[in-house]
Amino acid sequence: MGEAIVITSGKGGVGKTTTSANLGTALALSGKKVCLVDTDIGLRNLDVLMGLENRIIYDLVDVAEERCKLKQALIKDKRFECLYLLPAAQTKDKSSITPEQVKKIVQELKQDYDYVIIDCPAGIEQGFKNAIAGADKSIVVTNPETASMRDADRIIGLLEQEDMEPPKLIVNRLRNHLAKNGDMLDVDEIVSVLSIELLGVVIDDENVIKAANKGEPVALQPDSKASIAYRNIARRILGESVPLLSLEEDKGFFGKIKTLLGMK
Amino acid sequence: MAMVQKLQHNVTIKGTKDGLVLLLDDKCSFDLLVEELNDKLTAGSSQMLNGPVISVKVKAGNRYLTAEQKEKLIEVLKQKENLNLDHIESEVITKAEAEEMRKDAQVVTVSKVVRSGQVLDIQGDLLLIGDVNPGATVMATGNIYILGSLKGIAHCGTKGNEEAIIAASVMKPSQLRIAHHINRAPDSYPELGNEMEFAYISNEEKQIRIDRISAVHRLRPKLNSLL
Repeated sequence: MGEAIVITSGKGGVGKTTTSANLGTALALSGKKVCLVDTDIGLRNLDVLMGLENRIIYDLVDVAEERCKLKQALIKDKRFECLYLLPAAQTKDKSSITPEQVKKIVQELKQDYDYVIIDCPAGIEQGFKNAIAGADKSIVVTNPETASMRDADRIIGLLEQEDMEPPKLIVNRLRNHLAKNGDMLDVDEIVSVLSIELLGVVIDDENVIKAANKGEPVALQPDSKASIAYRNIARRILGESVPLLSLEEDKGFFGKIKTLLGMK
Repeated sequence: MAMVQKLQHNVTIKGTKDGLVLLLDDKCSFDLLVEELNDKLTAGSSQMLNGPVISVKVKAGNRYLTAEQKEKLIEVLKQKENLNLDHIESEVITKAEAEEMRKDAQVVTVSKVVRSGQVLDIQGDLLLIGDVNPGATVMATGNIYILGSLKGIAHCGTKGNEEAIIAASVMKPSQLRIAHHINRAPDSYPELGNEMEFAYISNEEKQIRIDRISAVHRLRPKLNSLL
């Protein structure tokens, strides 16, 4: 029996889908059986990020309305044997499915997979309620900006009312030099306001965009900063204790010597 | 005749240095009281009932007065323009009223982070152990004490108690409301000021002001139950 984790944020555009795709990929990399579920009906993106768009035949709504079997709608990933995607419908809207239906589907998936990662749509309405229905755990994604934090706070409040573990936090798209100058909220400030456990910090990395456009999650790259961050988060989900990545930019050779000599 | 004499004693009018006190008997019927009060007010030629404006207290003893009955008494007293009704008091209240009073006087302890979009509405005083995040609202009919940072909206004295205060370990609210007074926060807070503070309505300006917590015993001495 696996566990279902919903990835949510309240605000749109903070990186829920990117996080879902990359955590799914990173968990699959560590050999776990993973199923990604896109609940963003009408505005599905997860299939695009995974590069699986043209393989969709059946979708979540088809399964819910029993037009097909669950196994028929699952799409196997190009790269991993153990990674599957249950895509959302593009032609319907959020009200074409109920939380009970999602719960039933997620329960069924948990029998076969170690992790069921549920990608939640933006907002707090029907789509959100659908997405969290079957989840055991939740991850809240926020950007280091005020608006995104307000919405994250709202979402955490709603999640705390549900019967699941306290949500955990991912701070996404952090630009370190801005935070250091005080032009952007820093991680400590965000964690102190939201007061939930920090699962990881992902640096704003242009590789993420490049990879997304190619349909290959960035977590597959060996050494980009975002990739390492996502893989570390996956390891933390698996229960390892991994220290947070140093956010410092590489200082270069002379910088290191200066540090060593205590000049900086 | 003796019968009438006896009835006359259901309403006793007393003069004190603060004004008149109407003592109503609590054994007779209410209709009888009204009738007799009516008679006494209209028939009486006493100086007190026709002279300058005078304050009146009504004491109903062990009789419970319903809202309609109070209305009726006020109506009767209004016949005399120089009578200014101060208040009607009774030794008896209903269980529901007593329960309300108890709830208004209690301190409700809540330990949680009140998050954006959430409203915490308390009858009585609120002791919150946790933060009030931006976009969240805490309300109480009495005082609000926050062991944590107040960054959202706090509204104390929601039933109109202007004596109520809001105290917070870190006072950075987006809005403060006391009874029907509202104060918006400054557009930015200075980085300093880690001292615990409280908000109250100042007597002189009738405006919400913020002061150091150490001034609270001077400005709101009634908060102290250890007298």
